Amino acid sequence: MSLVLDIAWTHVRSRARQTLVAVAGVATGVGFSIMMAALMEGSQDDFMRQLIDALPHIAISDERRQAPHQPAEEVYAATKIYGLTPEERRRGIKNPLAIMAAIESWVPGAIAPSVKTQAILRYAGRDVGASVLGIDPHREPKVSALPKQMRQGTLASLFRASNAIILGSRLAEKIGARVGASITVQTGEGVQISAQVVGLFHSGVRQVDEATAYVLVKTGQVLARQTGLVNELRLRVADAMAAREIAGRIERETGYKAVSWQEAHEDLLSAFTIRNVIMFTVVGAILLVASFGTYNIISTITHEKARDIAIMKSLGLPEATVRRIFVLEAVLIGLLGGLLGWMLGYLLCLGLGSVEIKSPFMDATRLPIAWSPLHYAIAAAVAVASSVAAGYFPARKAARVHPVEIIRGAT
Amino acid sequence: MSALIEARRVTRILPGVVPTTLVHDIDLAIGDNEFLAITGPSGSGKSSLLYLLGLLDLPTEGEVLVRGTATARMDEEERAFTRLSGLGFVFQFHFLLPEFTALENVMLPMRALGRLAEPAMRQRSRDLLASFGLEDHVDKRPDQLSGGQRQRVAVARALANEPPVILADEPTGSLDSKSSEQVFEILRDLVDARGKTVVAVTHDLELAARMDRRVQLVDGAIVADERNPVPAVGRS
Repeated sequence: MSLVLDIAWTHVRSRARQTLVAVAGVATGVGFSIMMAALMEGSQDDFMRQLIDALPHIAISDERRQAPHQPAEEVYAATKIYGLTPEERRRGIKNPLAIMAAIESWVPGAIAPSVKTQAILRYAGRDVGASVLGIDPHREPKVSALPKQMRQGTLASLFRASNAIILGSRLAEKIGARVGASITVQTGEGVQISAQVVGLFHSGVRQVDEATAYVLVKTGQVLARQTGLVNELRLRVADAMAAREIAGRIERETGYKAVSWQEAHEDLLSAFTIRNVIMFTVVGAILLVASFGTYNIISTITHEKARDIAIMKSLGLPEATVRRIFVLEAVLIGLLGGLLGWMLGYLLCLGLGSVEIKSPFMDATRLPIAWSPLHYAIAAAVAVASSVAAGYFPARKAARVHPVEIIRGAT
Repeated sequence: MSALIEARRVTRILPGVVPTTLVHDIDLAIGDNEFLAITGPSGSGKSSLLYLLGLLDLPTEGEVLVRGTATARMDEEERAFTRLSGLGFVFQFHFLLPEFTALENVMLPMRALGRLAEPAMRQRSRDLLASFGLEDHVDKRPDQLSGGQRQRVAVARALANEPPVILADEPTGSLDSKSSEQVFEILRDLVDARGKTVVAVTHDLELAARMDRRVQLVDGAIVADERNPVPAVGRS
């Protein structure tokens, strides 16, 4: 009905200052809701990402969840065993290449082996303890962020020298070694080799950078005295959320303990649930507060128009028409405010996203901001809905009143 | 022939802690082409009666008939339609919509009724305003008009849908004497030249004396109903 639209538009347009205030009010609510949602979800995503990326999605280790079954237990229904001296097993995953091939055949993702040993690195008379990890430079890039963390050299540099080693940046600083330096590596197994530093990496996490070094799998096996064995297979799967199921299957098939990131971070994941509740509460509260602001402004405008409502009714405009006029005005203000709020929210997100935060333990980071159309849609929908409610209820009340009551009040 | 508007034993009591009787037991029939004044002291229920006759208010008891049709059991929608199509209102304060021009204000009832095409509405509104000497002010908003001009726009708006009757509540109450006279002449002319019925509430006895029929209210009851012995001249 063009009359309704015309009156609504004229009201909105000719009361410019009031409209502006109302639109600004709605826009502020929408904008800040978007900002808060983006910030909360961004931090949530960031937290999740760090959790997932910090460890491999699945780590298959040479441990077993239970002590191995004794033959007697398998033959008899009830057994009790005293004073058992279990067979001594060599640590390590046997036949890693075959296992990797078997897993690769059905898991969508990548897998890489590693051999882990503790060693003392010695250079220029300084001794520092560190974890030495034997890795495969071809497979490693697919499961870890190490290639991106290289400051000097590349993973392929490990092939350059016979005993090549990559050091953490702070570790190198500690012992004063540079690329090209020849350092001594000594393990608890009594092996001592001389290795050449071919690269430096910087992960940003102090603990890692201070006490980790990488060598080739082969070198690692020599250091750990376990030829042909690896300690750990690390998987990065295409769908991180499916890691738990995949880990379960690997464990059943290989017999080795396979730990998914969810299992490794179980405690943190429960904290994550709490964070989710907090996030939804905060964003919900902001939306609620914003919608009350919207409601306030628009219902005030409608109340101020009570006299016009009486005039229109006394002329014989149907109640429904009068009501529609004010609902439409509210929708117009809500939509305008929503659009402006989108812009405001976008700018606020841009602004917050450019804030840098420095911490002594991590590299400088920016505030994590999640860009989701859903935030914009929900914030605008809530604003428009509360505008409609704010227009509808006062207009209905005013339109129900017999015009004479308002006319009497005016005279 | 049924009266244009007829009140039968109409009583209106305002509910409240102390119920107030505005009018009681009013019997009044208003025919075609009358110029009727409702007079009485303040608080006598003049305006209340007018609102009841104009279906702006509902009687507590009794019945108001418009062209023989009972209105008490109508729903709000039907009453609104009756007002829109058959009754014109002029209030003491102009009650024009402040954001709209004179022309738009006059067009409003026509657009709500939707009987005419847009250009025809526009033309009719212009003609109405021009006939009241407002041809130069059609595109002005109420705040750019003088009190008398506003009241003339209000009369034009009341006439928009060609109702047979105009109900006016102190139409000259807030005007200076010159503007009062202008507006009164217009109302007079509506009766004489256009054959309308005008019911006007006024406390101005001098003005009432110049109308054709006077109904006097005291304490919510009619105490006198007199007509001029000589019918008005110059009727068309």
